Amino acid sequence: MPDAPGLELIAQDLNQTAPGSVLDTYHEHGQACLIVDPERILAVLGWLRDAPSQEYRFLASLHGVDYLPAEPRFGVVYELLNMPRVERLRVRAALADPEADPSEPGRPRTRSGGGDQLPEIDSCVSLFPTAEFHEREVYDFFGIVFRGHPDLRRILMPEDYVGWPQRRDFPVGGEPVIFTHDEREVPRWYE
Amino acid sequence: MSTLGRDVISRTEAQVIGSSPVERTAAGKSFGPEQELMTINIGPHHPATHGVLRLLVSLEGEVVRDLKPIVGYVHTGIEKNCEDKSYWKVIPFVERMDYLSYFFNMEAFVGCVERLLELEIPPRAKYLRVIHLELNRIHSHLVWLGTSALDLVAMSMFFYCFRDRDGILDLFEMSTGQRMHTRYFQVGGVFEDIPVGFERRVRAFCAEMPSRIDQYEAILNRNEIFLRRTKNVGVVSRQRLLDLGVTGPLLRAAGEPWDLRKVESSLPYADFDFRVPVGTVGDGYDRYRVRVQEMRESVRIIEQALDGLPEGPWIADDRKVVLPPRDELSTSMEALIHHFKLVTEGFRVPPGEAYYPVESPRGELGCFVVADGSAKPARVHIRDPSFVNLQALRDMCLDGYIADLIQNLAMLDPILGGIDR
Repeated sequence: MPDAPGLELIAQDLNQTAPGSVLDTYHEHGQACLIVDPERILAVLGWLRDAPSQEYRFLASLHGVDYLPAEPRFGVVYELLNMPRVERLRVRAALADPEADPSEPGRPRTRSGGGDQLPEIDSCVSLFPTAEFHEREVYDFFGIVFRGHPDLRRILMPEDYVGWPQRRDFPVGGEPVIFTHDEREVPRWYE
Repeated sequence: MSTLGRDVISRTEAQVIGSSPVERTAAGKSFGPEQELMTINIGPHHPATHGVLRLLVSLEGEVVRDLKPIVGYVHTGIEKNCEDKSYWKVIPFVERMDYLSYFFNMEAFVGCVERLLELEIPPRAKYLRVIHLELNRIHSHLVWLGTSALDLVAMSMFFYCFRDRDGILDLFEMSTGQRMHTRYFQVGGVFEDIPVGFERRVRAFCAEMPSRIDQYEAILNRNEIFLRRTKNVGVVSRQRLLDLGVTGPLLRAAGEPWDLRKVESSLPYADFDFRVPVGTVGDGYDRYRVRVQEMRESVRIIEQALDGLPEGPWIADDRKVVLPPRDELSTSMEALIHHFKLVTEGFRVPPGEAYYPVESPRGELGCFVVADGSAKPARVHIRDPSFVNLQALRDMCLDGYIADLIQNLAMLDPILGGIDR
């Protein structure tokens, strides 16, 4: 892990190579995290991967997070790893919800799944091929679109599923279970 | 030339080309329209897919030209459900993801919550965790060895491996009360101390296991069918594996000595003398050798952990997180209140996020937890090694025979419960 001053140095260098890319940093539980502008995510990840002082060449994991009711609402979290130095660095792209109501921050205008506008971010498959499945999973559960992903389809949910089930405003148990005896009670269940 | 004549020639060429896939790709030839590709579906219900995995395979004769894994058939929304449970109720959920390495799933989640709470666990608990984790590693590798050898038609291996695996399940039953999905690890330590006689039985197991592994190697190491099926099959370069995010025995078989137990572990692996087996070629045979050798090393770790097992408490003494001892409930009001609060609401975790990786039998198993200050996690995400490793299957199988696909999948060791979560 880079320590707190090391993290600030990384943030400074990044802001020089890609101005305005690092919005915030934090260091907690011995782990360092950069919060970055989603529009510059490829520049940030590319620099962290290739700059000779950094060389975070292994993408250990990629998570989607819904921080509702905080703003910006979504986060795409990259867990980078430098294997020779055994250092981990977390990069979080803070993504706003395009459907959020500006008059009432933190509250989505429509029910999740009904909306057409999805948050978008550049895909990092070109930098880290391992991200392919991870990004499909984040798209599947949070409805975050990865621009330039080679095959952006649902991965774990059925192809024809409607809605983004891991968003915080998606109810648990909202899915009626179909048996032969209650088929008629759930009209148009086959859709 | 007549149509018929052209057809005969192209078929003959196709046969010649198809008989040697290696030559053909070396020549860099592309597909002509006369070379027929057939797309077939393998799975989702097939014993050789080790679960509910579906593979769309494009074949040219018997040679795999393209492959796409399709997953999600046993998706049960565990991560979503975890957000609706208090922290201590999440433990049985995460255990059921990768159903062969349940102790590792528990350790990933529990360790992540401990990191968020900044809770230090007592040394005895750490050692007990190591003992159970390493027993679990042997158990997982035994199931893998039995089923993989079964795929390569070594029927007897299946029975031998499951016999020994049952011995490990007996040990789990003795110390935790359950054979699988034990919920033994708690936030702060382990649920209970090991019972009298457990150490003796584990030692007996450790004394016997190396000779059993010798017997397995005697069956497989010089078995001509096994060697021909595994040697130089499914080779993927080390760099490509790293790019694909592959970890665990697959990566080590390709020559990269990356083991989280050695480099970053909050468990006391540094106290033990063990080696990390590494392969040279990265074919199926290396993957087999690495895993079998890992079983021997795990036996050594267990023996050393039993030798050095410290005395003392097996769970931390933080009453805000850990349930009070049962006997205090009838005498102490404080203990009763704590017990009531912990069981009804659960403990609260201060806001923050943490990632905690452990070296599972399949690679880096990471748990990412976002806490929002309440008694329930705001997000639990498991980075399952099988899910990531499955992406390497296409590279392993391309331009090989379809029979080797089965072998490659077996050596990949995917657990679909972990992939689909």
